[in-house]
Amino acid sequence: MTNLLLTARLDVAESLRARWFLLYSVVFGGLVALLMIFGLTESQVMGFTGLTRLLMTYIQLSMAILPIFILISTVRSVASDREAGVFEYMLSLPVSVGSWYWGRFAGRFVTIFAPVFLAMAGAVAWGALSGLPIPWKHFFIYSALLLSLSICFLGLGFLISTLARSADVAQSAAFMLWLVLVLFLDLLLLGLMLQERMSPDVIIGISLINPLQVFRTAAMALFDPQLVLLGPAAFTILDRVGANAYLVWACLYPALIGLIAAAAGFWRFKSSDLL
Amino acid sequence: MIELDGLSKTFRRTRVIDKLRLKIEPGERVALIGANGAGKTTLIRCLLGEYVAEGKVRVFGLDPRARRSDVLRRIGFVPQLPPPLKMTVSDLVGFACGVSAAQTGHVRAVAGELGLDLSEISGRPFVKLSGGQKQKLLIAIALGRDTSLLILDEPAANLDPVARQKFFRLLGERRHDTMIMSSHRVDEVAALVSRVIEMDRGAISFDQHLADDRLNSAMMRVRVEMSLAEPAFAAALAQWGFSNNAGGRVWSGEVAGPDRLRFLCLLSHYSGSIFSTSLDEAESMETPHAAASLDV
Repeated sequence: MTNLLLTARLDVAESLRARWFLLYSVVFGGLVALLMIFGLTESQVMGFTGLTRLLMTYIQLSMAILPIFILISTVRSVASDREAGVFEYMLSLPVSVGSWYWGRFAGRFVTIFAPVFLAMAGAVAWGALSGLPIPWKHFFIYSALLLSLSICFLGLGFLISTLARSADVAQSAAFMLWLVLVLFLDLLLLGLMLQERMSPDVIIGISLINPLQVFRTAAMALFDPQLVLLGPAAFTILDRVGANAYLVWACLYPALIGLIAAAAGFWRFKSSDLL
Repeated sequence: MIELDGLSKTFRRTRVIDKLRLKIEPGERVALIGANGAGKTTLIRCLLGEYVAEGKVRVFGLDPRARRSDVLRRIGFVPQLPPPLKMTVSDLVGFACGVSAAQTGHVRAVAGELGLDLSEISGRPFVKLSGGQKQKLLIAIALGRDTSLLILDEPAANLDPVARQKFFRLLGERRHDTMIMSSHRVDEVAALVSRVIEMDRGAISFDQHLADDRLNSAMMRVRVEMSLAEPAFAAALAQWGFSNNAGGRVWSGEVAGPDRLRFLCLLSHYSGSIFSTSLDEAESMETPHAAASLDV
């Protein structure tokens, strides 16, 4: 356990000095700042105003940015480290494969989740200081959704890193995965599939297993669960299972996918050449 | 200490190590030599448990894949090329000492002996250090830990002459440690090792036990007969204090036991012109009447 914590701490310290982390923090911190500067809390769209409106927009933008950012930064740094000989040296030190792998996973999780969460928490703190009503329900649910989404794509990133033998291959695979998940969002490919009169069960099934779609549907369900916004598959799912049950699914399922992917990556890492 | 039996390693379809059998006893100091691609680094990585390989690998009687922490806790390793670690020097030293329960003070002391002041560079990223500083730090981490096996892959490549001298002196002080030192230049490590293993295309092509403490404390009488006189050879032997006759074709002199391998390496450069060579024990510096000779 000590070695795992030492590895996690080392990964956090290294990430804090990395350019990707600086850019990552600036993007999410900047997003909140821009939303405030453009007076989003003052505008009223579909009945929402104040922090609720800001958080809604923030979470929508996060869905677009967070997955690809996590995937690319994770696979690039892990695969590059292996290619450059970092693993050769660091794994010659007496640290178990499990402590090394899960320590890096934990450290990386902290560095990718902290800026996203702190930016949102900062907005809430600013709202409280400004006397705005705080939408605590939205804040906690969005935090849980972002946590789940972060674990999901971090786990997928670690799995890709252990499978790919070079940084370039890992990066391409990560981008392809993200593209496939985006294409299977409700309003894109699923819309086309509906037009072609595919079985609704297939479409609903795809919607339920695509973590991006799950996140999006859950976020929108808190906002305005109308067909025009949700898309056909999400609307049908919410109609069948109800918003609360779906929120539970959306908070647990992506994280579960991420942990399974990370565990598969660990098994692969442990049972093959470490370099 | 180390036992390999039928060790093979294949990358895709290329067999890099082929059914290697090797035993290294505690206290042996091995020079692992060979051309690029001979399999030296792959062998080292197998010993460190970083590769999955066919056959049996045992270090301290343990499988380094299955018992990584137990094995690696007792191994100090210096890689051929310093890795591009972005972490600071203090983070690296802290991590290395933390996972191996070592004292940072010991690492600091060894670094100091090599001429590296850790307090001056502790906040700098490792990757920003000069090549020599990186190498000194990695050596300090390896030697500053309480280990019983040192695996050094071209460890002196980036060191300046003064640091090399200090490094070799530090290694000389650790006579109780088993050591595997990979090098392209056997003459450089000759005085430190007791055994030379040469690898060629994944197999052991040469395995010679040199040492014998008796030979290390002996003087070797050398006679070299050239088929024709060579000025460059004459200049080189003059530096060893050799004298010649027969118009510069026959040279004789004495070489200290620990330097004999370095001397043989010098001869190898002129092997095309050498007609015959003999190397016999002249007198022992500690045991004057010991008798020994090397076949050349």
